[in-house]
Amino acid sequence: MNKNIVMSVLLVAMLAACSSKAVKETPQAAVEDKSPVTTQSTTSSDSATSGVSDSSLASNPLKDPNNILSKRNVYFDFDSDAIKSEYRPLIEAHAQYLSSHSDAKVFLQGNTDDRGTREYNLSLGQRRAVAVKKVLNLLGVQDAQIETVSFGKEKANAACADETCWQQDRRVDILYQGE
Amino acid sequence: MNKLRLLLSLLVLFLPLGAHAALTVEIVGGAAQQIPIAVVPFAQQTPVPGQQDTIANVIGADLRRSGLFRVLETRGVANQPGGDINQVNYADWAAIQAQALTIGNVEALPDNRLKVSFRLLDVYKQNQLVGMEYNITPAQLRMTAHKIADVIYQKLTGEQGVFATRIAYVSKSGGRYALQVADSDGYNPQTVVSSAEPIISPVWSPDGTKLAYVSFEKKKPIVYVQSLISGQRTVLANFKGNNSAPSWSPDGKRLAIVLTYAANSQIYAINADGTGLQQLTRTSAIDTEPTWSPDGRYIYFTSDRGGSPQIYRMPTTGGEASRMTFEGGYVVSPRISPDGKSLAYIRRDEGKFKVALQDLQSGQVQILSDGAKDESPSFAPNGRMILHATRIGARGALAAVSADGKVKQRLSESGGDVREPAWGPIVNQ
Repeated sequence: MNKNIVMSVLLVAMLAACSSKAVKETPQAAVEDKSPVTTQSTTSSDSATSGVSDSSLASNPLKDPNNILSKRNVYFDFDSDAIKSEYRPLIEAHAQYLSSHSDAKVFLQGNTDDRGTREYNLSLGQRRAVAVKKVLNLLGVQDAQIETVSFGKEKANAACADETCWQQDRRVDILYQGE
Repeated sequence: MNKLRLLLSLLVLFLPLGAHAALTVEIVGGAAQQIPIAVVPFAQQTPVPGQQDTIANVIGADLRRSGLFRVLETRGVANQPGGDINQVNYADWAAIQAQALTIGNVEALPDNRLKVSFRLLDVYKQNQLVGMEYNITPAQLRMTAHKIADVIYQKLTGEQGVFATRIAYVSKSGGRYALQVADSDGYNPQTVVSSAEPIISPVWSPDGTKLAYVSFEKKKPIVYVQSLISGQRTVLANFKGNNSAPSWSPDGKRLAIVLTYAANSQIYAINADGTGLQQLTRTSAIDTEPTWSPDGRYIYFTSDRGGSPQIYRMPTTGGEASRMTFEGGYVVSPRISPDGKSLAYIRRDEGKFKVALQDLQSGQVQILSDGAKDESPSFAPNGRMILHATRIGARGALAAVSADGKVKQRLSESGGDVREPAWGPIVNQ
């Protein structure tokens, strides 16, 4: 446990180092980003008020398809809330973003596939959202910035009949407030 | 297989404008011993347009749907007594093996009301078993027919009838969800609330005047309580995280709900006005789907504290829980029969989700439904039938099965997707 914390502190430090690079890269990204998503600038203005230079105003890293922060889905194995290692970088990037934008708030929306009953699946989806939240907590994100909710199987595809279809529905979606 | 299709679409005239498509009820199977009964068309002094035969048709359909009656064809019988008991020739009805016979009258009153009277007659003893009279508005005609069917059902089976009750369910069409309330035969559907986001887990208040339900319209599950009389609704629970799985206490004063805050589902109790929140379970497991026992002493619920989801029960005030189910690796959605003697739930059986019924004294379990994705069981207020959700392909439909597994009904909306049924209580109107 202690090792984990040390590790995550290190990770946060490393990510912080990485992301300061990312901030410098944003002007480039902004060029690609600008025309299609001008309407979304309102969401980024929340974080821009933290007094950073106009580079953050120009581009929203959460929407930049080249930025890992635009990736919002964490997928799970059947009947599991274990976070697969391939999703660590994604969750760590969001942890870093939330740590450096204390005004930002994130919704973790848990989902299940279509099998099973509605209320129990709501609880299973919640368990997945909580699993993602715990990783964010370990990486230093405060509870006040996170709300875990579940849609259970309500968004699942009822026509699914095989694993490749079901696995698309077993996920946590990361949504920022205002999105 | 005695398969009768009850297409009551002839009576579509009674649907209010803008109402949702009605459910069609199909009956599959029936009791071994069915009571043969003749329902003679009611006599009308002043025919009410569009309402000829309505009463007798509704009564006949109700009795047939219960699976306990064989409703006989009356058209070829020589004796057509109308509503006059003095015109009844019992020998004619004995000849078609009717055990019971109903006759009645509909009379238009000067104040635009109707007087409906009926008699239930014993064909062998040649006497009257019961007679009733109702003074109603034309709009109450169908519900009055259901009440008459209830009187007949009670007189001849000894059990309370539930035809004059209502059911709630969620209908999904064109990407919209609608919480609907309809008569027990699927007629007269009314939309209580509709939303572009899912609506789940409707439950009736014990007095039948309100529904509690979960709506995702604010992009998260929130519990609402809505009056069916005024249409007014209030937020019962909107705490951080999920708010779901409402269940009324038998006295209607409190509800059990499930909240998560930032962790797993846990069970709470809350006053019907949203005050007095009290936590009832404190585990790191999932505790959900609370339901009160009819005597108000216990809350039954689903928990995976033992590794797989099973049914537990605890005192209404919280405290130590005891496990109630031991067969099956996935047992969820507990509901207690109105007499408190049996426990219905959904059990996974070889990958299929079915309605099962457990005798609380003997522990004996009977699988009742034969679907693959059945869920949301709901007892009829007399405990005789269990209404539940099922699937026809990827579409949702409703079904009902008798507590002895012998009578099965299917309720479907043509082209629609219906789920989350809840059978309302018996109310004295």
